[in-house]
Amino acid sequence: MKRPLPILLFGLLLLVPLCGEVFYTRLFSRIMIHAIFAISLDLMLGYGGMVSFGHAAFFGAGAYTVGILSLHGVSSALIVWPAAVGVAALLALPIGALSLRTSGAYFIMITLAFAQIVYYFAFGLESCGGSDGMRLATRNTVGGWAGLAGHTVYYHVVWGCLLAVFLGCRRLVGSRFGFVIGGIRQNEARMGSLGYAPFGYKLTCFVIAASIAGLAGALIANEALYVSPSFLHWTQSGHVLVMVILGGMGTLLGPILGAMALLLTEEVLSSFTEHWMIVLGPSLIVVVLYARRGLISLLPGRREARADAS
Amino acid sequence: MDATLLLMQGLNGLQLGVMLFLMAAGLTLVFGVMNLINLSHGSLYMMGAYLAASLQQQTGSFLWAILLAVPATLAVGMVVEVVTLRKLYDRDHLDQVLATYGLILFFNELVRMVWGPQARFMALPEALSHSVVLFPGMRYPAYRLVIIGVGLGVGGLLFWLIHHTRLGMLIRAGASNREMVNALGVNIKVLYTVVFGLGAALAGLAGMMAGPILSIEVGMGEPVLILAFIVVVIGGIGSIKGAFVAAVLVGLVDTFGRVLLPAGVSSMSICILMAGMLCWRPKGLFPAHG
Repeated sequence: MKRPLPILLFGLLLLVPLCGEVFYTRLFSRIMIHAIFAISLDLMLGYGGMVSFGHAAFFGAGAYTVGILSLHGVSSALIVWPAAVGVAALLALPIGALSLRTSGAYFIMITLAFAQIVYYFAFGLESCGGSDGMRLATRNTVGGWAGLAGHTVYYHVVWGCLLAVFLGCRRLVGSRFGFVIGGIRQNEARMGSLGYAPFGYKLTCFVIAASIAGLAGALIANEALYVSPSFLHWTQSGHVLVMVILGGMGTLLGPILGAMALLLTEEVLSSFTEHWMIVLGPSLIVVVLYARRGLISLLPGRREARADAS
Repeated sequence: MDATLLLMQGLNGLQLGVMLFLMAAGLTLVFGVMNLINLSHGSLYMMGAYLAASLQQQTGSFLWAILLAVPATLAVGMVVEVVTLRKLYDRDHLDQVLATYGLILFFNELVRMVWGPQARFMALPEALSHSVVLFPGMRYPAYRLVIIGVGLGVGGLLFWLIHHTRLGMLIRAGASNREMVNALGVNIKVLYTVVFGLGAALAGLAGMMAGPILSIEVGMGEPVLILAFIVVVIGGIGSIKGAFVAAVLVGLVDTFGRVLLPAGVSSMSICILMAGMLCWRPKGLFPAHG
């Protein structure tokens, strides 16, 4: 086989519900949803070279779309999930257009600031419970069928979404668009003089990444059965950034591994001590300082994740 | 709205502005000189507030608490710089963001372990807890006037330090060409540690002055950090003058936004200000580096 690793990984993920413990099924559902979120960020970060510290805005926008539509009695996944993707994309358009006027450090701060504004907006959204957030009565349905309420069924839906996102993004980064984006990351001025308009390509990449994050948001709202401003909190943006770096940016498998590693580490550490963050914080610094290429570089036969993108 | 209320809100805005300036000054200095994005600046603000609250409990004096907590935060900042941040100056911004994010997680948890999860409050000394009559019909809390005074004083001192002293000259020189300064025999490592400590002390000062007004809790620095980022972006990265103008602007817009605009829109007023500024001047009001 040409690509044994992704097939192996997705195959192993299919085995998780067979263990029969709801806890693990739900944990890995959450991991896969965060993997989708992390892939979407990597599309911008690893391939597009845009360091966004506000990606949670789109994750949260997807989740809140599920919440708000459920208030109005819309529960069909076939309407709600595309709507979540659309809302995230529509939000990303002005935010991206304004943020991309800047670059480097300004871009990081601006995306963070915009995400924070969205956070405060959700915070003040009284119809969705304000700072407490709101519970969802049930998961979304598919054409009147309420089968998604079962954790195993939902697990497979999330698995399918992750696979679709993975394959779709692989297509995208291998396409002409993907090469142009990569070229812009390496040398924007040169791509400009070759006749490409960098702004349009970067904005498109930004919006695509946001839409996928919106899908992840819709999935997490359905998994957790609640929506709260914590989905939009800036630590959420930080966390997903960590997943991408931990796994290896500029690859598509890396973010999946990163999401898995980070969430499992949190799960294990928090079973030892409630102060697990005191361990996580410094380990993060150590990873950044000494292990930049990510987990994916440890796998045999992989081309190394790029460390140059920034 | 009558003139008294307008003036009152103007003073409130100015007070928020000078607090933001103390935060943003350190942020913009560290960025301008060391080219380092420091997300953990808010943690230093938090440390300042907690240290001052503890010292006030120990010494029983507000003034002593402030006088001791400022050098303490300065020391914390220097230790952080020597232990971790020093290795990050040559890295790209992404690494800096991630490592300083790790520092935030660390400091938040540290504070939770040492001081517990409950919010704390600092009592004001008798002399400052009343309000003064500015002119007939208008009273204003004395402590807020003190904040404005201290903020403006520190701002002036900082301006003098940067533009009229040898240290300031080295800081400015380090910002434009660090190799050259190093080659001329200045110990750039020590200079960086001093600059970082200075920024930390300013953040800590802002935190401890906010102590009696706001509650002291885990994560208290983060909303302020975000506002300070907006200030730095509007003012132009690396510019103290820009940081001051932008901080007062943001303080006033935020305060008047809350008074004049409906609740939902008011939280966006800063965003609109920033978006407008980005369209008009993407590099900020007073860009320090071309």
